Amino acid sequence: MKKVLYRPQIYNIFGIHLVVLLLFTNFLLAQDLTPPAEGDVQATTEAVVAGGDVVKGKQLFNQNCAACHSLNRKMTGPALANVETRLAEDEGLDKEWLYAWIKNSPAMISSGDAYGVKIYNEYNQAAMTAFPTLSNEDVDNILAYTAAPPPAPVQSATAVGDAATATSGSTGITNEIILGALVLVFGLLVMMLILVNITLRRIAEANNVVVEKAKAKKRLPLWKAFAQNQFLVLVFSIFLLLGSAYYAYGWMMQLGIDQGYEPIQPIHYSHKIHAGDNKIECKYCHSSSRVSKHSGIPALNVCMNCHKSIYEYKGNPEGPSAEDLANGYTNEFYTGEIKKLYKAVGWDEEDQNYTGESQPVEWVRIHNLPDLAYFNHSQHVSVAGIECQTCHGPVEEMEIMYQYSPLTMGWCINCHRETNVNLEDNAYYEKIHEALSKKYGVEKLTAAQLGGLECGKCHY
Amino acid sequence: MASNKRYWKNEAELNPNDSIVQKLSENEFPEEIPVDEFLGDKQNLSDSKTNRRDFLKYVGFSTAAASLAACEGPVIKSIPYVVQPEQIIPGVANYYATTIANGFDFASVLIKTREGRPIKVESNKDALVGGSTNARIQASVLSLYDSTRLQGPLENGEPIEWVVLDATVKAKLAALKDSGKQIAFLTQTYASPSTSRLINDFKASYPNTKHIAYDAISEDAALTAFEMKYGERALADYHLEKADLIVSFGADFLADWQGGGYDSGYSKGRVPKEGKMSRHVQFESNMSLTGANADKRVPLSPSSQKKALAALFGKLNNSNVSTDLPETVNNTIDQVAAQIRKAGSKAVVVTGIDDVNAQMVTLAINEMLNSTAFDTEAPKYIRQGDTKAVNQLIADMKSGAVGALIMDGVNPMYTLPNALDFAEGIQKVYVSVAFSTNWNETTEVTQFSAAANHFLESWGDTQFKMGHFSLMQPTIKELFDTRQFQQALLSWMGSEQSYYDYIKETWTTSILGDASWNKALHDGVFSSIAGSTEEGTVIPSQEGSENASGTDMTPLTSAVQNLASTTSEGMELVLYSKVGMGDGQQANNPWLQEFPDPITRVTWDNYLTISKADASALGFVNENVANGGLDGSYAKITVNGVSIDKVPVLIQPGQARNTAGLSFGFGRQVGMKEEMQTGVNAYTLYNGFNATQSVMVEKSTGMHEFACIQLHNTLMGRGEIIKETTLEIFNTKDHHEWNHVPQVSLNHQEVPATSVDLWDSFDRSIGHHFNMSIDLNACTGCGACVVACHAENNIPVVGKSEVRKSRDMHWLRIDRYYSSEDTFGDDNIKKDEFSGAFDSKSGFEEMEISAENPQVAFQPVMCQHCNHAPCETVCPVAATSHSRQGQNHMAYNRCVGTRYCANNCPYKVRRFNWFLYNNNDEFDFHMNNDLGKMVINPDVTVRSRGVIEKCSLCIQMTQKTILDAKREGRSIKDGEFQTACSNACSNGAIVFGDINDTESQVAALKEEDRMYHLLEAVGTKPNVFYHVKVRNTNEA
Repeated sequence: MKKVLYRPQIYNIFGIHLVVLLLFTNFLLAQDLTPPAEGDVQATTEAVVAGGDVVKGKQLFNQNCAACHSLNRKMTGPALANVETRLAEDEGLDKEWLYAWIKNSPAMISSGDAYGVKIYNEYNQAAMTAFPTLSNEDVDNILAYTAAPPPAPVQSATAVGDAATATSGSTGITNEIILGALVLVFGLLVMMLILVNITLRRIAEANNVVVEKAKAKKRLPLWKAFAQNQFLVLVFSIFLLLGSAYYAYGWMMQLGIDQGYEPIQPIHYSHKIHAGDNKIECKYCHSSSRVSKHSGIPALNVCMNCHKSIYEYKGNPEGPSAEDLANGYTNEFYTGEIKKLYKAVGWDEEDQNYTGESQPVEWVRIHNLPDLAYFNHSQHVSVAGIECQTCHGPVEEMEIMYQYSPLTMGWCINCHRETNVNLEDNAYYEKIHEALSKKYGVEKLTAAQLGGLECGKCHY
Repeated sequence: MASNKRYWKNEAELNPNDSIVQKLSENEFPEEIPVDEFLGDKQNLSDSKTNRRDFLKYVGFSTAAASLAACEGPVIKSIPYVVQPEQIIPGVANYYATTIANGFDFASVLIKTREGRPIKVESNKDALVGGSTNARIQASVLSLYDSTRLQGPLENGEPIEWVVLDATVKAKLAALKDSGKQIAFLTQTYASPSTSRLINDFKASYPNTKHIAYDAISEDAALTAFEMKYGERALADYHLEKADLIVSFGADFLADWQGGGYDSGYSKGRVPKEGKMSRHVQFESNMSLTGANADKRVPLSPSSQKKALAALFGKLNNSNVSTDLPETVNNTIDQVAAQIRKAGSKAVVVTGIDDVNAQMVTLAINEMLNSTAFDTEAPKYIRQGDTKAVNQLIADMKSGAVGALIMDGVNPMYTLPNALDFAEGIQKVYVSVAFSTNWNETTEVTQFSAAANHFLESWGDTQFKMGHFSLMQPTIKELFDTRQFQQALLSWMGSEQSYYDYIKETWTTSILGDASWNKALHDGVFSSIAGSTEEGTVIPSQEGSENASGTDMTPLTSAVQNLASTTSEGMELVLYSKVGMGDGQQANNPWLQEFPDPITRVTWDNYLTISKADASALGFVNENVANGGLDGSYAKITVNGVSIDKVPVLIQPGQARNTAGLSFGFGRQVGMKEEMQTGVNAYTLYNGFNATQSVMVEKSTGMHEFACIQLHNTLMGRGEIIKETTLEIFNTKDHHEWNHVPQVSLNHQEVPATSVDLWDSFDRSIGHHFNMSIDLNACTGCGACVVACHAENNIPVVGKSEVRKSRDMHWLRIDRYYSSEDTFGDDNIKKDEFSGAFDSKSGFEEMEISAENPQVAFQPVMCQHCNHAPCETVCPVAATSHSRQGQNHMAYNRCVGTRYCANNCPYKVRRFNWFLYNNNDEFDFHMNNDLGKMVINPDVTVRSRGVIEKCSLCIQMTQKTILDAKREGRSIKDGEFQTACSNACSNGAIVFGDINDTESQVAALKEEDRMYHLLEAVGTKPNVFYHVKVRNTNEA
């Protein structure tokens, strides 16, 4: 029996409309796109601070230091803005000390340098990596960067804010204009019709033509004629019943299928940013999918591997797109979501340590396979080497995660019937491959040929 | 032509004027149907607030609501760890090696945990000693999740804090220190080096401390005898795999005799290899698991057993021991003596008689034989209870000499025969503390109830026998606010040390030597005597034995004489422990309550077993009633003035005349769920800690409803089900004779049934083809596999009344058959000799009654996974189907519950879910509370109402093995494929594997001559096969 899926059709219709709508809006939005080029200009306009190149320094800082240090806030290590002057003024330590420290801090700690040991203990005895490759000049550059006055982000931020309001306003206006125009056109059409009608009647009256209303009255009404024709009624009811049965069946068959299910999650986690923009491998976070039946929702400590140092969202290099802004996905919004993570995991940003007060995140589960079906991720991910996207869709483009596939048994079976299994270089398959290839007379085998359609392979 | 005959049903009909007859013939319902009562009263109807329209509204609304609710999927939350522990990967099981040592069961085990929850107990195959599990050990994981556990410490039943308890106890102990009063520890047997050291440390600071070990079921006689002879309070060990002849006097060594664990060694010797297998002679009164497996079983009352033992000693020693045993028994003893002489050092004698003399004589016989199976060099420590000391303690308590009583792992108020004395004594104790996992009879009378850890939450160590150690480690954090005894003791001693550190200290200083602690903890076991079970201990110190036999001659002679002159009056009651319940610590465990006793097949009960002859003399009956249930009379039994009324009576074939049996472990009341309060308490009759008592049995009124899962007891000559032969025939004749393949007629020709097929064959030559081999010689019927299957496959517990209706859900059952003649062989002959219908009818009726001392056979039966399965062909919805791997699949969600398959199954292995057994208050067992549900295996569906279920050959386990191999890109080695039952069987009776792997053990077993399929004539071609049972009836 063929399965009828209605949802896609509805989506198709919606989709067409959406395409039309977007076509228009794009035209209208095109003029608003004025890329604000800010950082570079600013950096170059900054004076080269005494003794070092700020631009080179920034580059070196980002390469070597940024994992543990930030300019204005404590991270794994202390904040480094104006570190040179701070050390000189507060601790009486000169640049030479800094050279030595940066190049080999563990040695200094073990030799018992007073401030070195103090810092070491203050930061949970996390030893700083030694950088023997950095020359004094490099250090100078870095120090110059740390000493440079912070870029003024205020202007650009407001600019972005303005742009956001402007664009959101313009989209509202364009929609209204289109609607207004359409209403106007419709009204004009109606008026024209009425006018034509009146004119025609006048002409008829003038020509003494009688409109044959009486004649029409004598004719049997259509519904009565229909009701009297029993055959027609019968045929009609059969079609009606068949039609409703068809639709009812279709409706019932989509029960429990949550394709497109897109629940609101307690933390707005964007797969687009993580997997798309930053190209993080799926299995970095969903590591258990390699070995377990569960892909595993990552524990919050996995998030903290990166988010210990990534405490705010800085957006794409080009800044947030207009579409994001329309949805409210501003940088501040994302940063707020990171704060939610900190709260859940109990991370104190000020002191850079865990408070121990954690609150597990209650994610809403999207892919709900019923208990009666056994599915094992590692079988598909590790053994078969199937891309995550095959079943989960373009996750790297999903701002909000949704269920891409129907997850019905028919869908599973189809894939098992059609997909050739990669049997190469797996000693387990060697004998089976050889024997089955001979039996079926094919080189490549599908999962079905390997027994992947047997009930008990998934239901036990 | 119509007949003029007139039929009448009743004499009254002959009278045409009878009004009643007329009325009856006219009206189908002679009495008015009381419609008026509910419709006639208009007043009532109109007063009713619900009218017809309302009713329709309600129906409409509820239907609509139900269908709407069904459309909306629930929002399911998924909550990951905040900080995921390194070793836990959701969906992947972790195994930890630990030890169970609860005073009754001692074993090294592996615990399977999922997401940090222990869900299954498996035997630790690395252990040289104590590595096999029984039904109780398999079930112990469920006791961890017992909802009735103590969740925190109590003072006189009121919850308190541990700090309060600590402070009070410490203060009181300090006050007692110089008072001259005793501080007494009454504990289970620990056999733990660390606990012994700890108690000694405690004694150092409190010199007035006494430690009394107490076993609920005492082995005091054996311990005393061993101590007298070898100077150490321990038990001799027996390597039954080395014995050619095993003679047992009342020792149920396949069950719990002297701590158990002898079954795997026994089974090794029982499988015929190169024409040889061990011979086993059993003298006993109750039909025990051991007796059921014996080649020759002699039913004897305990007093006669003593005489027989004395007579045997006399025969072997060439001394004259005169007894008043009947001629037949004397002849048997002559034969046994001759066989022992022939076997020489390959023979071993064991006894379970609670009598120091008997134990002494047995030790002497084994020494005399220089038996290779007899090991006194490395004795066992897993029983240490001292009944004299316990009695002394009670006397001291009553006299007020005991200041503090601290108990752990014991429940004396339940297990002591003189519990009332104990209760009286404990009133006079200054401070009493009971460490217990549950609220029980003892915590009721003690001042402080210290909520104790389950063994899966505890640290510990055990020395099973000399040189063989085992470590206990927690597999889950304490579920409740509980603490283990040793940890509490450490804190009372003012030590800051954790018990873990304490154990590590003990081990590194005195046990491990150069070995690694981490490795020992990882393995769970450590043997300082390497390979002692293989070689080495065979030679007992000969000087010692000669000296012993020389010097101890005088007490030995008097012991023999005492035995020979044993007298008894009236009926003898033998108290025993059941394989499923043991000493009753786990009575609140529904798996064990529903576990069918291997011999009687009765669940949820204990009962008085009695012989058929005695039953008819006393007027006891057993009968099957209309719903298939078994009913039995009640008895009133009196021992030494103590009587128990309403003890159900079960007529037990093989029970020695003038004896009765009653099992321990039942009849617990306090702190138990109502369903679990089953049976009667046999401990009240356990006078002087002697399992043999003189008893008076009277008939009581009423009938007891048993929940027995096997009502048909005899095999009735159906040799096709259990094929068996004797060693002599097995060795001398062709296998076609003793393993006959049934013949069918094809084209008027007799051909083997295996050559005829109704179905097309299915190609299973590629990939895996799973087969299971069950060796009826190695299977002792212990039932560890039954509970393992229960745990692995989320099988529901259905309760006593459902079991009585034959609605038990066990996927794996162990059928037990009796012979109706003296042997099964005689049954076959008798059946074949029937001529004519009349003869057959009366003959078969006779055969339904089992013999007075029948042969017994056990047969584990699960789904046979037929290649040509009759169930598949009748399923209207194709819910059950075959696979090319040989497993017969069952898709629960496809099943609509027609039960055609169950009806068409020749093996009756399919089970129907009559009810929803989880989240249902009607079945208030572990699946009805959140705690109990933690034991559920997440890889197996929990079935709902209205579907059939059955053994899957643990497809979740085979699939996992395959997947692991695929992921690692390797082929699968033999032995990797396991099922829950094959894994649990330490006897090697159940072997599972892939027959397409020609090198595998199961493939070799399939080719053996002993192989046969169950009901081969049906032509189902099962993937489970059996091995013909061979009995060593060699009398010479």
